[in-house]
Amino acid sequence: MTSSIASQDAPRGGASLIAPDERTRRRNASERRFRLLGLSAVGLGLVALLVLVSSVLGNGLSAFRQTYVILPVTLDADVLDRAGNRDPEEMKAVTTLGYGAVMQEALIAALAERGVDTGELRPKEIMAILSKEAPADLRDAVLADPSLIGQRVDFPVYAASRVDGYFKGRVTPETAVRDANISPEQLKLADAMQAAGLIETRMNWGFLTRPDASELRSEAAGLGVAILGSAYMMIVVLVLSLPVGVAASIYLEELAPKNRWTDIVEINIANLAAVPAIVYGILALALFINIAGLPQSAPIVGGLVLTLMTLPTIIIATRASLKAVPPSIRDAALGVGASRMQTIFHHVLPLAMPGILTGTILGLARALGESAPLLLIGMVAFVRDFPEAPPAGFFDPASALPVQVYSWTQRADPAFAERASGAILVLLAFLLVMNAVAIILRRRFERRW
Amino acid sequence: MTPGFLLLLLAGLGVVGFVAGRARALALSRGDARGLHSLPSYYGQMVALFAVVPALLLMVVWLVVQPVVVERNITALILPADIADGSSRDLVMADVRRIAEGMELLVAGRAMSEGELAALVPQPEVLKERLAAAGVALAAPIQPQVAEAASRWRAEMALGQGVMSVAVLALAVAGFLLSLWRVAPAFRARNVVERFVQAMLIGASSIAILTTVGIIFSLVFESWHFFQLYPARDFFLSLTWSPRFGGGSSLGLWPLLWGTLYVSFIALLVAVPVGLMAAIYLSEYASPALRSVAKPAIEVLAGIPSIVYGLFALMTVGPFLRDWFAQPMGLGDSASSVMTAGVVMGIMLIPYVSSLSDDIINAVPQALRDGSYGLGATQSETIRQVVFPAALPGIVGAILMAASRAIGETMIVVLGAGAAAQLSLNPFEAMTTVTVKIVSQLTGDTEFASAETLVAFALGLTLFVFTLGLNVLALTIVRKYREQYE
Repeated sequence: MTSSIASQDAPRGGASLIAPDERTRRRNASERRFRLLGLSAVGLGLVALLVLVSSVLGNGLSAFRQTYVILPVTLDADVLDRAGNRDPEEMKAVTTLGYGAVMQEALIAALAERGVDTGELRPKEIMAILSKEAPADLRDAVLADPSLIGQRVDFPVYAASRVDGYFKGRVTPETAVRDANISPEQLKLADAMQAAGLIETRMNWGFLTRPDASELRSEAAGLGVAILGSAYMMIVVLVLSLPVGVAASIYLEELAPKNRWTDIVEINIANLAAVPAIVYGILALALFINIAGLPQSAPIVGGLVLTLMTLPTIIIATRASLKAVPPSIRDAALGVGASRMQTIFHHVLPLAMPGILTGTILGLARALGESAPLLLIGMVAFVRDFPEAPPAGFFDPASALPVQVYSWTQRADPAFAERASGAILVLLAFLLVMNAVAIILRRRFERRW
Repeated sequence: MTPGFLLLLLAGLGVVGFVAGRARALALSRGDARGLHSLPSYYGQMVALFAVVPALLLMVVWLVVQPVVVERNITALILPADIADGSSRDLVMADVRRIAEGMELLVAGRAMSEGELAALVPQPEVLKERLAAAGVALAAPIQPQVAEAASRWRAEMALGQGVMSVAVLALAVAGFLLSLWRVAPAFRARNVVERFVQAMLIGASSIAILTTVGIIFSLVFESWHFFQLYPARDFFLSLTWSPRFGGGSSLGLWPLLWGTLYVSFIALLVAVPVGLMAAIYLSEYASPALRSVAKPAIEVLAGIPSIVYGLFALMTVGPFLRDWFAQPMGLGDSASSVMTAGVVMGIMLIPYVSSLSDDIINAVPQALRDGSYGLGATQSETIRQVVFPAALPGIVGAILMAASRAIGETMIVVLGAGAAAQLSLNPFEAMTTVTVKIVSQLTGDTEFASAETLVAFALGLTLFVFTLGLNVLALTIVRKYREQYE
């Protein structure tokens, strides 16, 4: 033993303290390697975040800008309002097809007026520059404001999605050759129209307000129904999960005796927090839709599932903030003769409120981004009609933001991929606001004892 | 009376109850609150609670039970002979519901009166036309029995609604009067109110239990249905998965389970080293400034919804891996692959591993480190030989929790892993997982009688058992092997 130590130490005998020997150098190198490894792991995490965010931003920002054709239309009373009394009910007799004819005429006239060469293109092919949704939009605008009739208005309509893709660089003349929906000649015309000031790209508020659109009209698809549906679900979640969650936490933290039953409840809550989201979807499908007979795709069902999913989060947060209230507050209240309930509701709960609200907002944010259970209760359905105002609207079919993203990724037209990323940005913006509110609440009101 | 109106009525009754209870208590003690056992508002609260809460509970239970009962009654009306070939009882019942809703629309829109509607029921063709005019289009002609069933449905629903309104209001008024009658100066209203509130709190906390019971009940019940239609042996032992809705499908669990485990394994391969090293660096080496920036930034990754990761996998990582790795190496040309889903899921799991391990590493007492430094160990030697072994049980628990999350994750694999069920070792090939198949079997038009749909419940049960098992294991390990300091 002694000899082996001696032999190990032998080279160190004459070494100086200033110049490290071989073994120390090795140990220091390994120390540096380890440290570098840790730093690079942190860096990797940050890079992943950066790549994720920039990829979503890069793909999605363009969804908020859209190519419009600014079309000067003369709304002829003889065509659009034959009765001549400007009654929207009677004007409904003119269908979208009628407005399509008016637009086609206006478009060709405008091209001739600006001296744009349409080449060999037939009127129908020229019309294909516009979105198929355009005549319906014009009809809605006229029906909403009959006084427009008889005037010449500059009406901005969406350009078709391939034209929009051309100005965003997604479509090129080379791809257009193979595309049944657009030809290189049409793209050339679009260029000429842009030069003549008929086409411009601007902010598209319709992306936030319009309902979803069918496969062939990606340019008109918006998030209106999805945002409204998500908002309805959040209302349901808030109304149900906050009182129930707070009540359950008060019982478990302040009143429950330490016995088997309480233990079972606690283990249960911990486990519920770890149950996969999709299992909650199965629960909702079996319980709420098949047995209770609630309608599919309805915000009320979505809200109920998300409530069940959010409850554990809220309970855990609430219990933590109840626990943070110092026992001296309780002792003082009990000491001056308050009952246990009075102690809790008059003293402990108000002091814990900021923490509870923070936890609730974070729980809501989590629920807002959840999509897997909603897929199973039919929220992927194509919904074009806005749900009514609450409470009846809770039972109408609606979509939800994250589910809208999913259903857009399932469509063939690449224009929907851009929109899915745009929708993600909207979702992330909502989450950012909610988290910021939670942080501000915590900073401002949370007290440290 | 609609439920919404009933709710308003109950709320009104509650307010009146509060005012009346309080006023009566004060009147009985001649306006002197000192003569009462409790504060006056407790008497008011008591009356309000007894008026509203039992009636509200009755209403909720009734609203859940009534459709079930009516459905059972009406289903009995439809004889097997009324069900056309290629149709099923469920489809006929869906028609019945649609027709009943259409009738409701007709009456609500004042298109016809109840009497006219009743006269229409024996004339299905006319009824169909009128329904179509009201916006309820039906594909097949309406059979007389179905029209009859629909009108019975409406009648029973309306009757149920009426009886419910009466029962709920009666209960509310009874509670109101009874508690008002009990108000007396010596009555211990505060104690009663507090016991009542405590009962409500207990009720709220048992919702957690009810949720678990609901999950287990729905999974087991429908899985049992499935195993009656499809042999359990084949489900657990078969190596092929090819559902055909025409029949003759083979629904083997293994390809899905393999895909799930493969994706989760890759995810952990990414998440565990990165997350663990990041946690070690942040808790042992990093300056407070770096820590205060990097720790929240990494935790942001945990707050991002999984659909965002799914889209990231689909649009960025998938094509990148295909163009730079899979195709040059000749391993396949699919953008969605086990690797795509695994890597992205790994990124998602980094914060779970790192923040859980961070807590555990911080819980190791400083004295252990000081002892190690005192013996001349470098910092990394201390971490590897002292801190890490002390924190190991907690870290294993964290990894198991991350694994359970990986197995249950849905959106990333739905968008990133593909849909082909196969047993393959090539990580650049598209494979599918349990969660993907649950989604694909249960979305779209589902008919609950077929094994192809019900298999989703058996898959859900498998998933539930797996994740629960992992979590329980994690908790046990942490509890059993945790070092107790002090």
